[in-house]
Amino acid sequence: MAAPVKESIDRGGASHPLIELSLARLREFAREPEAVFWAFIFPMLMSVTMALAFPGGGGKPALVGIEPGPRAAAVRETLAHAPGVAVRDIRPGDQARALREGEVHLLVVPTEPPAYRFDPSRDESRVARLMVDDALKRAAGRGDPWSAREEPLQVAGSRYVDWLIPGIVGLTIMGTSMWGIGFAIVQARMRKLLKRLVASPMRKSEYLLAQVAWRMVLLPPEAGVPLVFGVFVLGMPVRGSLLSLSVVCLAGALAFGSLGLLLASRARTFEAISGLMNLSMVPMWILSGVFFSSSNFPQAMQPAIQALPLTALNNALRSIVLEGAPLGSVVRELAVLGAWGVGGFALALRLFRWR
Amino acid sequence: MVGVSCANLAKRYGDVVAVDGLSFRVNRGECFGLLGPNGAGKTTTIEILEGLLEPDAGDVEIFGLTWKGHERELRQRIGVQLQETQLADKLTVEETLRLFRSFYHRGRTIDELLRIVELESKRRSWVAKLSGGQKQRLAVACALAGDPDLLFMDEPTTGLDPQSRRQLWALLSHFRQQGGTILLTTHYMDEAETLCDRVAIVDHGRVIAEGMPRELIASLGAPRVVTHQGTLEDVFVALTGRHLREE
Repeated sequence: MAAPVKESIDRGGASHPLIELSLARLREFAREPEAVFWAFIFPMLMSVTMALAFPGGGGKPALVGIEPGPRAAAVRETLAHAPGVAVRDIRPGDQARALREGEVHLLVVPTEPPAYRFDPSRDESRVARLMVDDALKRAAGRGDPWSAREEPLQVAGSRYVDWLIPGIVGLTIMGTSMWGIGFAIVQARMRKLLKRLVASPMRKSEYLLAQVAWRMVLLPPEAGVPLVFGVFVLGMPVRGSLLSLSVVCLAGALAFGSLGLLLASRARTFEAISGLMNLSMVPMWILSGVFFSSSNFPQAMQPAIQALPLTALNNALRSIVLEGAPLGSVVRELAVLGAWGVGGFALALRLFRWR
Repeated sequence: MVGVSCANLAKRYGDVVAVDGLSFRVNRGECFGLLGPNGAGKTTTIEILEGLLEPDAGDVEIFGLTWKGHERELRQRIGVQLQETQLADKLTVEETLRLFRSFYHRGRTIDELLRIVELESKRRSWVAKLSGGQKQRLAVACALAGDPDLLFMDEPTTGLDPQSRRQLWALLSHFRQQGGTILLTTHYMDEAETLCDRVAIVDHGRVIAEGMPRELIASLGAPRVVTHQGTLEDVFVALTGRHLREE
């Protein structure tokens, strides 16, 4: 019986096209100092900014302003000794600005009894009001019927910053995947390089696959920078396994890579691709729970929001990082990312304009 | 043996008719030139033949095969150089060749290709650092990567200095001597006279004359050419009624 004859392929010392195409893009990227700079500096800057906004340790003090007046000194003296309150004098003409810009959360008018000026729609102002009121009444001789025993807990993982970092990781994966792929393709189209490539026996699907594949090399540093920053500088706990985390990051990068291909499938200019990128990414910045939970949006919008790839990625990242969820419990999110990845790729392959 | 044949090709872009019922055939082992002024429809024609553009009407056969149904096979057998392609600036000459070579199932080695186009010393240079002539030779090397039977060249020497042109001519002559078939477009008549066995002069999307350069010059007759020996350029200007425009 004759063995099936396998057509021998001689590539003259070159590797498989998928590898050569990926290597070509990786080399081009590595030789573009600006591209490297932005790919790594952006997540770094985001992380540093977060560290500045959310320093470790206890909560922020209530910022209280005092208007000048005969009793100002007494009030200032009382509040200066109250825990968790920071006091400063505010000139009468300056009050509106100081309150508006959050320089003070509450303004005390030192009359007898005092008056409080604050915006009750701001949480920190309502807290400041309670703290100031308590301190002043106590100083005025109010007795407490009893004192509750306080058991302060500092649970890592429950702070806002812990919730925020996985969102920043998701945002970074989305941004770098889409920009990195979209711009390179539009550039190749403008230089007529795509047209030259399809005049060769290159498989179109392999070209598109390589555009997504080479980016996986950059995924560890891109997703890693904000994660490492979160863990070592901000003390964020990572409760899930590194493997689960990697799988989710990979699924996210593939989904956004396909989306990048799709957006770049027809664009002929940098202006066009920038517009499309912003049009698709900005809504996700807002809707997908990066800086605040997507549960703030009405119930009617939830099915659409949950179907967005960034929502799925952020939810899966948070489950794994903050709750230690196994991969099995983020199957729905992985399915959403997989659908975007496969669907986006198939559609891009159909729509792609090579000329 | 037929290398390339096309019959009654037509292509229009909106109101503009680029190719208007064009037919010719190229025999195997022949170097065939499409001559014509800018905008005559040369590039549209060659891109239809390369299977990159769909004609509105007409038939194309390459080695007796149509593009529909035989694209994979044909792509392995032809080499293409396009007029406006800019290869990736930040890849080296060698990396660029490796990329193109990887698409072919057989062909020359990278070292052979570098030697043929005399770019061995530029092996590790970025494409961005090459001169115009060197870039064009690299483009030809990419076209030769799969050791093709047929080479399509769209204005291969436009914008090159005389030395680079001659270097490229030598390359193409060598390819032809090895039995290869060439279809090229040019608006340089000396190029066509030097390289081509037969030419077709194209204007307004039609073939207005076809034959061997010598025949075409002879057909012009003595009276027209008084001050010098007749050249293909005389034929060209007489037929198209336009002067050659350099880019």
